[in-house]
Amino acid sequence: MKISYYPGCTLKTKAGNLETAALASLLALGIEVEEIDRWNCCGAVFSLTADDLIHQVGPVRNLIRAKEQGANKLVTLCSMCYNTLARANLIMKNDPVKRDTINRFMDDEIDYAGEVEVVHLLTFLDQEVGWERIREMVKVPLEGLRIAPYYGCTLQRPADVGIEPFGSFSLMTRLFESLGATVMPFAAADKCCGSYQILNGEDGAQSTAATILKSAAEAGAEALATSCPLCEYNLGKQQGKLLENGLIGTTVPTYYFTQLLAIALGVAPESCRFDLNDGAALDLLKNKNCLVAA
Amino acid sequence: MTLTITDQTITLKSFEKLKELSGENVKLCMQCATCSGMCPMTAEMDHSPRKVMHLAQFGLFDKLSASNTFWKCASCHACTVKCPRGIDIAKVMEALRQQVLRKSKNYIEPSALPAERIVELPQIALVAGFRKLTS
Amino acid sequence: MCDAEKKTTQKTPRVATGDRAILPEGAKTIPVYIMGKRYDVPETLTIMKAMEFAGFKFLRGAGCRGGICGACPTVYRMAGDYKLHFGLACQTVVEADMYLAQIPFFPANRASYKIDEIGAAAEAIHALYPELFRCVACNLCTKACPMDVDVLGYISALKQGNIKKAAELSFDCIQCGLCASRCMGEIPQYHIAQLARRVYGRYIQPRAEHLQTRVKEIESGKYDAMLQELSAMGREELEKCYVEREREPDLSTLGTWQPKETQYL
Ligand code: SF4
Ligand code: SF4
Ligand code: SF4
Ligand code: SF4
Ligand code: FES
Repeated sequence: MKISYYPGCTLKTKAGNLETAALASLLALGIEVEEIDRWNCCGAVFSLTADDLIHQVGPVRNLIRAKEQGANKLVTLCSMCYNTLARANLIMKNDPVKRDTINRFMDDEIDYAGEVEVVHLLTFLDQEVGWERIREMVKVPLEGLRIAPYYGCTLQRPADVGIEPFGSFSLMTRLFESLGATVMPFAAADKCCGSYQILNGEDGAQSTAATILKSAAEAGAEALATSCPLCEYNLGKQQGKLLENGLIGTTVPTYYFTQLLAIALGVAPESCRFDLNDGAALDLLKNKNCLVAA
Repeated sequence: MTLTITDQTITLKSFEKLKELSGENVKLCMQCATCSGMCPMTAEMDHSPRKVMHLAQFGLFDKLSASNTFWKCASCHACTVKCPRGIDIAKVMEALRQQVLRKSKNYIEPSALPAERIVELPQIALVAGFRKLTS
Repeated sequence: MCDAEKKTTQKTPRVATGDRAILPEGAKTIPVYIMGKRYDVPETLTIMKAMEFAGFKFLRGAGCRGGICGACPTVYRMAGDYKLHFGLACQTVVEADMYLAQIPFFPANRASYKIDEIGAAAEAIHALYPELFRCVACNLCTKACPMDVDVLGYISALKQGNIKKAAELSFDCIQCGLCASRCMGEIPQYHIAQLARRVYGRYIQPRAEHLQTRVKEIESGKYDAMLQELSAMGREELEKCYVEREREPDLSTLGTWQPKETQYL
């Protein structure tokens, strides 16, 4: 099987761990990945004003690249890319007037009408690989790892692009169960991490992040799994500061879901770029004996 | 909050503009405050999302434009998915931001961000923040 | 496209006018509009020459006249068409019914930095030019570029932290500023690309080791004697030396040729 893939800017630098672990996992699952050519930034947030079409041009241009490459599906990893691409795609599919305006504006590109389907890797694993198959492929079960699936906002909201209904966390749950981990549901799994508000003074984003981390810790989770580099920044990279400011009492290591998948599939830890996580993340996996010998 | 309504405070034009930009009808709101309950940023906001809807219903745009609510909104859509009246509140917040941003006014200044922060932040934080908070 | 083809295949030959103010016989003029005013200019001239023919004098906005300094960006529209066109005045030949304006200068923010201190990480570029993240991928920059540079491509590469790709994609940029004049995100693309090329050259591109060896040899005085020998020669002797010099045959396979005289190697 071969899939077309849209990475997104952050996955090429600070969230390299989200990408490399995904690519290694897909390789282990026997799936060939083709990164689309000449892609640009998706815009990270979907424009919400009715008359603002210029901010749809970026995501649509990427969908056109996928169409040019003959893809009918485009797989994404980053939640924000997923949301922005999928929502822009809905406009192109369902709104003939806006579609026409956008196509006319992009007179340097072929016309596009929503022919490509935008798919998040979690959905892809569910629909095209199957949890049974993943369970069979697991080499190092993540036994005893108590992991809290954190969805954040953009995987689930709004409903027309959500990978599953608001309040349900079944895709990550089934994934981690297939990998042998213990899934720890927690109350704040769909609360916002503060998102881009981290740019606009840290206080707001910090208190939301603290709420989530405390909720996960109270539910008995040892670690948090995300699919978004901005969530990972607000919840993971900021933990030191949160602890210092007394906003949280204990730290909770954070992973990208792809890293846990890769480790369970027997991928070498070096391919998961744990150097980009907090040190505690790798230590926890070591303590649980989840790493294949190097 | 006491609302003083005179014929000067109600600006029909801005009300129409809000409707046009957001595509939402704020008059549908029944003031249940589910949105405020869902909102992760209320602690930062001077008016809760419900209050913003209230001010918008009465067309009190002077009060609204002085509010920080829509600047503190994280576009998380938690309000949107739960509103019993089906209002996409995130779109109303965006429309309020856009009314200011479209006059070429920035809420944050990219060039004033400390270099160490930019170096540390993931690209999507910068892209998203600039889209929501700069003109 | 069709118009252009028609013009090149037309029967009547074009008469070159060069710099002449009085046109030779058979030379044809066409109307162009410079800042809205009509001028009839010889059809074979570039925009720059046509403007001079019409009586304009370039104090700024002209430099090399060879398409490489980037001083003469021009924006134009053809009568009756919505599309904006861009070109270099010194390179683009006039066409009938062009509406022309020069953009000799467009304000763009240029950050100051010390190249020896900023290091090879893309984040240093991000910190100097955070407006990079305001790009909306409208691609107006690429459409404006008279050098066919993939401007959106290099901006995207930089957002993705790929300095090498940005340096390579922007290699043909001549800093004309047309991209910046069109940018939705108010980004000074070409200044950022220049920084990327500088960082690439300073930190990323592999050093040419043979060059360093040669520089050391020169510094150690290995070639001083030869140079003195040449300086002492008279003109005739020097010419003879030059004519009789050994040359690597054109298209000889790499690494197969050696000169007979090896003392200079
Ligand atoms: S949830 Fe909806 S109806 Fe309730 S206060 Fe908010 S906007 Fe109004
Ligand atoms: S979208 Fe904005 S207003 Fe609505 S809940 Fe999220 S932060 Fe609050
Ligand atoms: S990239 Fe910009 S500055 Fe460089 S040649 Fe093209 S338009 Fe001119
Ligand atoms: S003109 Fe500016 S905003 Fe548009 S694609 Fe180019 S760099 Fe991006
Ligand atoms: S004068 Fe130098 S490029 Fe035209």
